[in-house]
Amino acid sequence: MEGIVKRFPGVLANDHVDFEVRTGEVHALLGENGAGKTTLMSILAGIYRADAGNIYINSRRVHIKSPRDAIKEGVGMIHQNFLLINSHSVAENITLGYDRPRFLLKRKKLEQEIQEIGQQFGLEVDPQAKIWQLSVGEQQRVEILKMLYRGAKILILDEPTAVLTPQEVQELFSTLRRMAQAGHAVVFISHKLDEVMRISDRITVLRKGRKVATLATRDTNPGELARLMVGREVFFDIKKSPPKPGEEVLAIRDLHALSDKGLPALKGVSLSVYSGEILGIAGVAGNGQKELAEVISGLRPAKGGKVLICGKDLTSVPPRRVIEEKVAYIPEDRKGVGTVGNLSVLDNLILKDYRRAPFSSGTFLNLRYIRDHASSLVEKFQIITPTLETSAKLLSGGNLQRLILAREISCSPKLMIAVHPTRGLDVSATESVHRMLLEQRENGAAILLISEDLDELTAISDRLAVIYEGEIMGIVKPKEVTLEEIGLMMAGKKRKTLESLEVTS
Amino acid sequence: MSLVLEKRESSSPLVNFLVPVLSVLFALLLGALIIYLSGFDPGVAYLEMLSGAFGSGYAISETIVKAIPLMLCALGVGLAFKTVLWNIGAEGQLYMGAWAAGWVALSFPQGQSWWLIPLMMIAGFLAGALWGLVPGILKASLNVNEIITSLLLNYVAILWVDYFVYGPWKDPKGYGFPFTPFFGEGAWLPTFFGTRVHLGIVFAIFAAIIIYFLLKSTRLGYEIRVIGENPRAAKYAGMNIFRNIIIVFIISGGLAGLAGMAEVSGVIHRLQHAISPGYGYTAIIIAWLSRLNPIATVLVAILFGGLLVGGFSVRSIGLSESLVYVIQGIILFLLLAGDILTRYRLSWRGRS
Repeated sequence: MEGIVKRFPGVLANDHVDFEVRTGEVHALLGENGAGKTTLMSILAGIYRADAGNIYINSRRVHIKSPRDAIKEGVGMIHQNFLLINSHSVAENITLGYDRPRFLLKRKKLEQEIQEIGQQFGLEVDPQAKIWQLSVGEQQRVEILKMLYRGAKILILDEPTAVLTPQEVQELFSTLRRMAQAGHAVVFISHKLDEVMRISDRITVLRKGRKVATLATRDTNPGELARLMVGREVFFDIKKSPPKPGEEVLAIRDLHALSDKGLPALKGVSLSVYSGEILGIAGVAGNGQKELAEVISGLRPAKGGKVLICGKDLTSVPPRRVIEEKVAYIPEDRKGVGTVGNLSVLDNLILKDYRRAPFSSGTFLNLRYIRDHASSLVEKFQIITPTLETSAKLLSGGNLQRLILAREISCSPKLMIAVHPTRGLDVSATESVHRMLLEQRENGAAILLISEDLDELTAISDRLAVIYEGEIMGIVKPKEVTLEEIGLMMAGKKRKTLESLEVTS
Repeated sequence: MSLVLEKRESSSPLVNFLVPVLSVLFALLLGALIIYLSGFDPGVAYLEMLSGAFGSGYAISETIVKAIPLMLCALGVGLAFKTVLWNIGAEGQLYMGAWAAGWVALSFPQGQSWWLIPLMMIAGFLAGALWGLVPGILKASLNVNEIITSLLLNYVAILWVDYFVYGPWKDPKGYGFPFTPFFGEGAWLPTFFGTRVHLGIVFAIFAAIIIYFLLKSTRLGYEIRVIGENPRAAKYAGMNIFRNIIIVFIISGGLAGLAGMAEVSGVIHRLQHAISPGYGYTAIIIAWLSRLNPIATVLVAILFGGLLVGGFSVRSIGLSESLVYVIQGIILFLLLAGDILTRYRLSWRGRS
């Protein structure tokens, strides 16, 4: 790819980017969120069209106008969100939208072909299984098989490890290796340094839409990569005072709840979070984390068990009651839940406070006080916005998250629930979120941190609970266990009960 | 070079203003074409409309008379639209308000007491609110689509009034025409300056000011704005969505009911078949055209009142007054089409 330019409203997503990938290599495309990695590869895969620039495959200039063109040229992309039909079988999903077979499905032959490709690359999946019966890792294999079956020679994987357990990541990596050995070109999009170091042969770093460097993996190190990614040194070690846990703020006893689909999502969860500590919840997405946060904050009713906050029974009460107990909640979905995009920064900053004095008295809002309050928050939390009247949707991800934190912290919470608070944020925004969480911990708040990022969890939590299929697999101190042990718990394979650790002081 | 649509980062106030204005102008242009094709001179027809609507003191007063129910209904539906509740039942709510006010007036045919008109206002508001509550409760509790329920209830309300004016309340001295006897004069809204402009104009302007401040500086208004833009965030913030849907439908229906009360008490002075020439539907266009801004609603309603009155006067040159409804329809159509320009911008893009 040569001189690729892609413009979105207000952003230059790709600014004259050159990129090349060779057969037989795993090439990592590294960069922070918003650096333009996915955009660049989406252009190669025919999802976007570049505003300028040329694409060459095997030295031949190609014009890729659609995903169909891309696959004809041997380019296949595996997206973060799988494009599979849940009620269809693996084999059906693989042929869907493909022009072969022309008319009649030769099921037996197809299934056999799928199995052969699967064996070759270590992608074993039962071709007759329905998608909904498969784990996330298996679904990802189906996506890869789909592209291989269609003859993709260049495979692009967009952050493929985000949804996998450490064991599944290991399996995926050996598959990628085998594909490279078989003469495929593999592009691996990621912002995780350790993974990139483990799997890739070469690395191209993007920053703010521009290519910064292409390096051979063996000639570089994570420190250099991080510097290239963010343009400055990053501190991986977070300064943290020793925990001084106080009284029990949140007590969850044998909690049960259903998911949106009406299936059991929490199956007897018991937890305590003490004032002045951060309890991390580790687990692969979809194991009940979202439901746990929603039940505590009153957005989802419990089917059994109790939620006690400072000794008060707040099981299945309306969200308003929970807010009144000074529980801050940083939701996973910043744009869909945490803020109102079309309303102003000012309006968004009072979302939780508008109904209490001095923000309002009786029927009326105290507009002058609200304005003063909002401008002081904007200043204190360094929310970059042209005016207080600017629509929240115009704020960048990091600024939006600072807005939410500013609002949630301003009520001096007793309990703070943070769900994936740094997902999608760049390094400096992540750092500021971590700093704010630790500040709250210093101030004596109890913090429940739900995250998929094990590095984040081990760096800032005092204790770590691992959740798998709605059950707590164990509660550990992050420094006393290895990542592999946590990984096994995340996969539900080993139940580690360290009762002694539950009492921390 | 090619012309492409680009998503806007932020809405431009200029475009937000131009789209409705240009929609009206283009609709008038297309209307001119239709007039021309019907064999008339568009210039003459439009001049006739203009002078019929705004050309004299009398014309202006008639325009305002028509604008009163339009304002009240449009303020009501506008508030519902702001909450993303598609109440298109203003027409039915207006009929029910008129019916309830009429019931009070007919129950006190000799009534000269000061409390009769306030009582009619309360009855009209409540009846409209009640009619709005039906889709409101269904929406809030069972998530039943309010577009369908509020629309269908219009027909029920119109037939309900028809039942009474053709049946039990029919004026025995009315030669069989579908209307009730005149209300006692104590049930007539006072009028101003010897015109037909009645006290309803005060209700409407008052309502516009209240809604303006409701949205801007009250807790309820804040909740309405949040719920309208993002119900999930509203729930997250601990807002009671059920309660707010109910309140909005009460206010929305109540204002349309008040429009019905003002119409029978201030203009017609009795109940009859076809009280409204579709005020409740025209109100939808007005609410959109004014971008749900209550103050703009008042002004746009006067424009549409003028369109209605002007429509009557083009009959003098032989054109049908239904021309007005054609133009109204084209305005709404262009407005909805033009809305894309508030979200996207046209730009020239060259291939380099």
